[in-house]
Amino acid sequence: MSLTRKSAAELGRLIASGETSAVEVAQAHLDRITSVEPKVKAFLHVDAETTLRQAREVDDRIARGEALGPLAGVPIAHKDVFTTVDMPTTAGSRILAGWRPPYDATITRRLREAGLVFLGKANMDEFAMGSSTENSAYGPTGNPWDVSRVAGGSSGGSAAAVAAYEAPLSTGTDTGGSIRQPAAVTGIVGMKPTYGGSSRYGVIAFASSLDTPGPFARNVLDAALLHEAFSGHDPYDATSIDAPVPPVVEAARQGDVAGLRVGVVKEFGGEGYQPGVVARFHETVEVLESLGAKVVEVSCPSFGYALPAYYLIAPSECSSNLARFDAMRYGMRVGDDGTRSAEEVMALTRAAGFGPEVKRRIMLGTYALSSGYYDAYYGQAQKVRTLIARDFEAAFHQVDVLISPTTPTTAFPIGERVDDPMAMYLADLCTIPTNLAGNAAISVPCGLADEDGLPVGLQIMAPVLGDDRCYRVGAAVERALAERWGGDLLSKAPAL
Amino acid sequence: MTETNTLMPYDEVLARFEPVLGIETHVELGTASKMFCGCPTGFGAAPNTQVCPVCLGLPGALPVANEQAIESTIRIGLALNCSIAEWCRFARKNYFYPDMPKNFQISQYDEPLCSEGYLDVEVGGKVFRVGIERVHLEEDTGKSTHVGGATGRIHGADYSIVDYNRAGIPLVEIVTKPIEGAGELAPEVAKAYATELRELMRALGVSDVRMEEGSMRCDVNVSLMPRGASEWGTRTETKNVNSLRSVERSVRHEMERQGAVLAAGGRIVQETRHFHEDTGATTSGRSKEEAQDYRYFPEPDLVPIAPAREWVEKFRVDLPELPRVKRARLMAEWAVSDLDMEAMHNAGAVELVDATVAAGAPAADARKWWMGELARRANESGTALADLSITPAQVARVTELVASGALNDKLARQVLEGVLAGEGTPDEVVAARGLQIVNDEGELSAIIDQVIADNADAADKVRSGKVAAVGALVGGVMKASRGKADAGRARELILEKLGVAG
Ligand SMILES: [Zn+2]
Repeated sequence: MSLTRKSAAELGRLIASGETSAVEVAQAHLDRITSVEPKVKAFLHVDAETTLRQAREVDDRIARGEALGPLAGVPIAHKDVFTTVDMPTTAGSRILAGWRPPYDATITRRLREAGLVFLGKANMDEFAMGSSTENSAYGPTGNPWDVSRVAGGSSGGSAAAVAAYEAPLSTGTDTGGSIRQPAAVTGIVGMKPTYGGSSRYGVIAFASSLDTPGPFARNVLDAALLHEAFSGHDPYDATSIDAPVPPVVEAARQGDVAGLRVGVVKEFGGEGYQPGVVARFHETVEVLESLGAKVVEVSCPSFGYALPAYYLIAPSECSSNLARFDAMRYGMRVGDDGTRSAEEVMALTRAAGFGPEVKRRIMLGTYALSSGYYDAYYGQAQKVRTLIARDFEAAFHQVDVLISPTTPTTAFPIGERVDDPMAMYLADLCTIPTNLAGNAAISVPCGLADEDGLPVGLQIMAPVLGDDRCYRVGAAVERALAERWGGDLLSKAPAL
Repeated sequence: MTETNTLMPYDEVLARFEPVLGIETHVELGTASKMFCGCPTGFGAAPNTQVCPVCLGLPGALPVANEQAIESTIRIGLALNCSIAEWCRFARKNYFYPDMPKNFQISQYDEPLCSEGYLDVEVGGKVFRVGIERVHLEEDTGKSTHVGGATGRIHGADYSIVDYNRAGIPLVEIVTKPIEGAGELAPEVAKAYATELRELMRALGVSDVRMEEGSMRCDVNVSLMPRGASEWGTRTETKNVNSLRSVERSVRHEMERQGAVLAAGGRIVQETRHFHEDTGATTSGRSKEEAQDYRYFPEPDLVPIAPAREWVEKFRVDLPELPRVKRARLMAEWAVSDLDMEAMHNAGAVELVDATVAAGAPAADARKWWMGELARRANESGTALADLSITPAQVARVTELVASGALNDKLARQVLEGVLAGEGTPDEVVAARGLQIVNDEGELSAIIDQVIADNADAADKVRSGKVAAVGALVGGVMKASRGKADAGRARELILEKLGVAG
C-alpha cells in the first residue's frame, strides 16, 4: 500500500520504528500533491523545500532519540488561517496576499514541536466566511469525489487535501460548521472541539466567540491523535480552558456505545433535507441501536433561531475583527501615491482587498452594532444564544450525545449557490447551534446518498468538555459501517 | 485653523453664569508589562522597539489581561470611595485611526470596574467634594507625529509617523460627575482635583503621573448655565491638558470665551478644543455634533473580570494613608498653618518635606529650604520641585551642616546650588568649593584687625559707645572672608578688641 493511503497513526509508527522516514513520507505526499492538485486545488501554498527541510529535521530529532509524540514525522496541511513563520498566511484573502507572519500560532507551534511536517497552506473561504470555499480570493477547491462540486467550506481546502490523499491530516477552523460540513461532503472525519479547548492564538479571527480550531482526518482515531497533539491550556488565549484535555484518544480506541443514551434532534429533518441524506441518517440510527445504544427523540425548540442569531453575532464580531486590515502596518496597500490621506488609503485598500461576501458581512455587522440597533439585533441574538445553550443543557440531562445529519444536502455543484447567500447559509443549519453554545461536535461519514452517490455525514454533539463522547460514538459508527461496506467510505471514491 | 476668541471679563462671567465642569483623567499605570501582552512599558525607548504581535494588532494575535493592572484599578477605585463591580467586561470601542493597531480600542463601556465614588479636595481652606462617576481600565493607543503642515495635526501634514511603543499601555480613565456650585472657584477646584488625584496615584504607587510625559492627561469639560436657569449649557471638551496650571487656566479661559459667545447671542458648539500653553487660549478641534458611533460591544477575546470579594477587601485594608488625611496629620506634627500647608501642597512640596524630615531634618528647616531657595530655583528653571536633581536626604544633610555651625545660610545656598549643578553630594560640594565657616580664631582675628584698621571712623564710633555701628564692621569682615566667617563670633571679637562689652 502506498504511503499516502496509510493512516496517520500507522505512518507515525512506521517512522518511529525506522521502517520509513519523515522525508520519504513527505516526498510521497508531495508527489501526490503534484499529481492531483491541478484538479483538486486544495492548496494555496506548497513549498517542497520547506517541507523536506522540516522532515529532515524531524528525522534528525528521531535519530537523536528525542521523545516525540505518536505523530512525529506525519505530514499535515494547515488551513491558511493559522499563522506559520515559514509559510505565507493569507486567510484566503487578497488583502493579505504574500503576508509572512513573524510568529507561529499556538497550534502550529505545538504541532511543529510534536514533529509534524507541514505540507502547505490549504484553501479556504476568505476569512472563513462561506460554506463552499468559493469565496476564496484564489479560486474554489474541487471535491475529490467530483471536482465539479464544492468541497464545502470554509475549510474546504483542508478537507479536500485529506480526502484526496494529499495529506493524512489537516487543521481547520469551525465558526458555524466550517470543519464538520466540509468533512461531511468529502467523506472524512472533522471535529469541532469544545470552544476554549483548542487555542485561537495565531488563528486569524472571523468571529472570536465562535471560532474553534479542530482536526480533519480520514478516520476517527487519527482525528483524536491530532486533537490531543495540539490541545491543552494556552496562556496566550484568554478564552482557553484551563482543564485537562478530554480523553479523546482513549475514547476513539474504545468506540463502545452499549447503554449510551443517544438523542435524535427532532428539529433537524424534513423539508429542505435531501432524501439520500435522511435515508443514510436513519440507517445510522439503526446501527447505533444495534450496537446497544438507547436512541430517543429530543426536542430543542430554540435551534430554529440559531441561523438568524448566528448571522447577527458572527458579522458583528467580524466587522470589528477585520478593522485591522487597513494597509497601515502589513498586507495590501492601494492608492498610496503621496496625495491621499491615510483614511483614503484605508478605504481604497479595503474596497480592493476584500471580496463581496466579506464586505456583505462587515456591513451587516456594522449595522447590527450601530447605536439604536444594538439591542434589537446583537442584544437579541445573544439572548437566543442563551436559549440555545439551555436547550443543549436540558437535552444533555436526558441523553449523553445528540445526533443529526451534519448538513442537509450532499456537495452541490460549484457556482450553484454563489448568487444565493440564503441557500448557501442553509448548509450550516445543523452545525451552528453547537458554535453558539460552545460545546463539542464531530462529523463522521455515514454513507453515500442514493440519488448522487456523494458522501453523507453524521453529526454527533456532546456537552462542553465532553469531546471524548464524540470520538467514542464516532469510532463505534465507523467500525460498524466499515464492516458493512468492507472498507472505509473513501475507498469507494472514484480515482482522481 | 485661525480663530479669534473674544473674552468676557471673569467677574462678569460669574455675575451672569454658573460654570459646570467635568473632568476625565487618563492615568498610565506603571505596570512592568503592557495591558494585554508582555511588552515592557518604559518611557523613552527607541520607536517601535517595545512591540509584539499583540500590541501591533497582527492577524491572529489575542489579548490577555494584565492582572496587576486590574489590581491597580481596583485600588484606585477603593481610594476614590467607589464600589467595585462584582462582574464586568471589557468592551471594544470601534473607530479607525492609524495609531490604533486594531482599529478598535479595548476599553470598558457600560460595565466599569469601579463606579460611584468621590474625592474631597481643599480650596482656600474649604473642602469641596468632587463626585466620581466611574473608573475604568483600557489600553493606550500608539503615538502619531504629524510632520509638515502648520498645526502639527494630521490635517495638512506632509506625512505622519507612528510609534507603537505606547500602544497597549494600561490606561485608567477616571471620570467625575458634573461639578456644580464651584462658582468663582471653578478653575481652582479643577486644579485642586487634578493635584489631589495626582498625589493619590503617587501614594498608591500605581503610576509616575508625569503630566509632561503624558502619563497623566486631563480632558476638561466646561459649560456655562445662565444664573437662574435650570438647564446646563452646551459643553466643550478641552483635550489632553498636560499640566496642573493648564487645567486651571483652560477652565478660566473657556469660561471667559463661552461667556463672550453667549453674551453676543451666539451658541456654544459641542466640540473638542485644544489648549495652548503659550497663549493660555483654547482653539477649536473636531466637532462632536456628528457624534461618532463607536459600536461598543463586549470584547469576545477576553473573559469577564470577577474580582473576588476577599481580594478586594484585602486591598481596602492595605490602602495607604490618603494624601489629604496625611496632610492633616503632618500639619499637626509640623505645627504649620492651613495656609502654609496649602502652599506646600500647591507647590508639590509635602512629600518632599516629609521625606526630608524622615531623613533627620527639623520640619521647619526642611520646609524653609524646599519652599524657599529650592522653590525659587525650580521656578526659575521651569521644572517641578520633585524633578530638581536633589534628594530629600541631601537637603537634610544641608540642614544638619547649618545646625552644626559648619555652614551659615548663605553658604548653604551655595551648597544647594552646587548639588543642583551636579557637582556631587553636599559634603563633596563643601569640600570642592571650600565652603566652610572660618572657625580658625587666628585667621578671623587677623581679618578683624585689618577691617578695624581700614574703617577707623566706624571703630571710633563703637569705642565711643555707639555699639550699633559695629554692624558695618561685621559686614566688612563677612565681605573680606567671602561669607565664610561666623558673623556672631566676629561681632563678639570686634567688640572685645574695641574694649566694649557686647
Ligand atoms: Zn506587545
